[in-house]
Amino acid sequence: MNASARANKWLTAVTWRRLLRDRPIVPLMGLLAILVLVIELADPGIVSPEWTGVIVRASVPLAILAGCQTLTMLTGGIDLSVAAIGSMAGFVTATLVHSPGGVAEGIIVALAAAALAGLLTGIGVGVFRVHPLIMTLGMSFVVLGLSNVWQLQMVQTGAGVPDSLRWIGSSTLAQVVPYNLLVFIPLTLLILLGLRRTGYGRLLYAIGDNPVAARLSGTRAWQVLIVLYVISAVMAAIAGLLISGLTNTASVSLVDTSLLPAVAAAVIGGTSILGGRGGFGGTIVGALILTVLTALLTVLGLPEPTRQVVFGSIIVVVAAAYTRVTSES
Amino acid sequence: MSAVTAPVGAPPANPARTVMSWAQRSSWAIGLVGLLAILLVFTKIIQPSYGVAGIQGLGISILPLGFAAVAQAVVVIAGGIDLSIGSMMALTSVIAATLMDGQSAEFGLAVVAGVLVLGLVLGAINGALVVVTRVPDIVVTLAMSFVWAGFALLVRAAPGGAASPWLMNLVIGPFGNPWIPKAAIVLVIVVAVIWIPIARSRMGLSLYAVGSNQLAAFRSGVPIGRTKIVAYALTGLFAAVGGLALTASTSIGTPVPGPYTLESVAAVVLGGVSLAGGRGGVFGPVVAVMVLQIIQNDMTFLSFDPNFALVAQGVILIGVLILGSVLESRRARR
Repeated sequence: MNASARANKWLTAVTWRRLLRDRPIVPLMGLLAILVLVIELADPGIVSPEWTGVIVRASVPLAILAGCQTLTMLTGGIDLSVAAIGSMAGFVTATLVHSPGGVAEGIIVALAAAALAGLLTGIGVGVFRVHPLIMTLGMSFVVLGLSNVWQLQMVQTGAGVPDSLRWIGSSTLAQVVPYNLLVFIPLTLLILLGLRRTGYGRLLYAIGDNPVAARLSGTRAWQVLIVLYVISAVMAAIAGLLISGLTNTASVSLVDTSLLPAVAAAVIGGTSILGGRGGFGGTIVGALILTVLTALLTVLGLPEPTRQVVFGSIIVVVAAAYTRVTSES
Repeated sequence: MSAVTAPVGAPPANPARTVMSWAQRSSWAIGLVGLLAILLVFTKIIQPSYGVAGIQGLGISILPLGFAAVAQAVVVIAGGIDLSIGSMMALTSVIAATLMDGQSAEFGLAVVAGVLVLGLVLGAINGALVVVTRVPDIVVTLAMSFVWAGFALLVRAAPGGAASPWLMNLVIGPFGNPWIPKAAIVLVIVVAVIWIPIARSRMGLSLYAVGSNQLAAFRSGVPIGRTKIVAYALTGLFAAVGGLALTASTSIGTPVPGPYTLESVAAVVLGGVSLAGGRGGVFGPVVAVMVLQIIQNDMTFLSFDPNFALVAQGVILIGVLILGSVLESRRARR
């Protein structure tokens, strides 16, 4: 191999590495496109506007839950309480459907309960420096236990997922555009702008990247973390309400199956669990990739267990690829 | 690190001082045992009929989680974390129950040996992936939890199979004295036989060294990669024992992972193992599992809604950590 060819190869490798590190969304979109292509080849004619709508509709709640992981991971944390909080929100709203305040009261109570749980988590993580993994795990036990207690209290009253939640969670405009985008698009804009344009967003990156430097430059990390975990809990509650509307079920374990995929979507989307690197854009594509992948494995006729195996393997491979290109600089 | 066990070949120390230093190192575990004793007395007071049956029930109900907690403790001591323990337990449990179904006792013994080896292999795969890919432990083991759970469902789609009768006899019932559950003896003996020789060897020292300061361990010539793989393999081994315990205590294999992964993390933290690695032992988490189970029983006796037990578990978990961090910052200020 002569010198120029080697230099050229090195150049492309560096370019690729830089692309993956700084703009992970570009290769991720490529991966998504390949998956869509494969699913079209596997089942010709499946890709249609309606199919896209179904995929987007299923991705939205997952992307919001993955957003909780993204935001907390930016500070070097993680939020394992999203499943319990999301399920609780859907469940509480469903049980309060016949209350005087109706659906609005249910949603307000659910969001307030979620915010309270997030506040306590934030105080634990921010003020008492409890490891976020343990703090959110403990909080999920507390929320799940209280939801179960609530379930026994409310079992007589007759409950159901309110129509309005079913509408926004599962209906689509002209069979194509899911209405849950009405919630998702404003939320996304808020998160993207918040992370890029506000001081608060920069603080999240700063705390995750170098906590000591952040503290020495005058950041009050505990304040940032308390607000962060409240935001994460409220987002989890919103996702739980959408999932409850999408599946027309309300149970205290509704969101449990989405917890690990949410973490996976954030990781695939290029957010580092060690903090300081990542963003919500990649996470959204990560959630889309996981949803399309699930659809593809279904189309290929793989049984659920095989799907899980493939799912897990792909997460390892993608995460390994990221670590490879981002750590050796 | 003061928490590291005495190095091999250290000069024989004054026995009184050895006891003192052991007590200092294990102060957390001793506190937990004290708490356990208080809870047992409390249980006897609120439920005068609590006796042999209660102790036997306690023994059998803590067995799977006890092994899961030990499995988690080993890897956390080495500075990692394994979120696939529940899935590995499910996989080993269904394989054991499926193979043992209707077979002879000797074949059952071979199955047990095979499942233990399988556990080592599963764990070693986890560890090798962590070392080779350099992806954070949480992510790798989270992804592998899907993989192992998927395999468990491929082995058996629904709960079923059967355990060899001798395996069930091994853990169910009293051991000599009716007050001593066989399950507790099995738990202590298995953990002691596997862990104590390792903890006292060069490998044990390496595990603590890698967990406490990876860079320092590397510079002192500890093979980081190999040590981590051994840690994960041991975790896999204990998870396999936990899987066998599940099969033995329920007499079937269930392919869906129980709550063991996250509860094992909780038990490890309560048991005095630092999530940062390098500190703690495997017996603290076992006592923590007993404490959690007794609290749950007590809440039933006090006719609380059993769901409050879950709340209590979360509150205790958080409370202990907050207490720990307050004590730590006090000490740092001094």
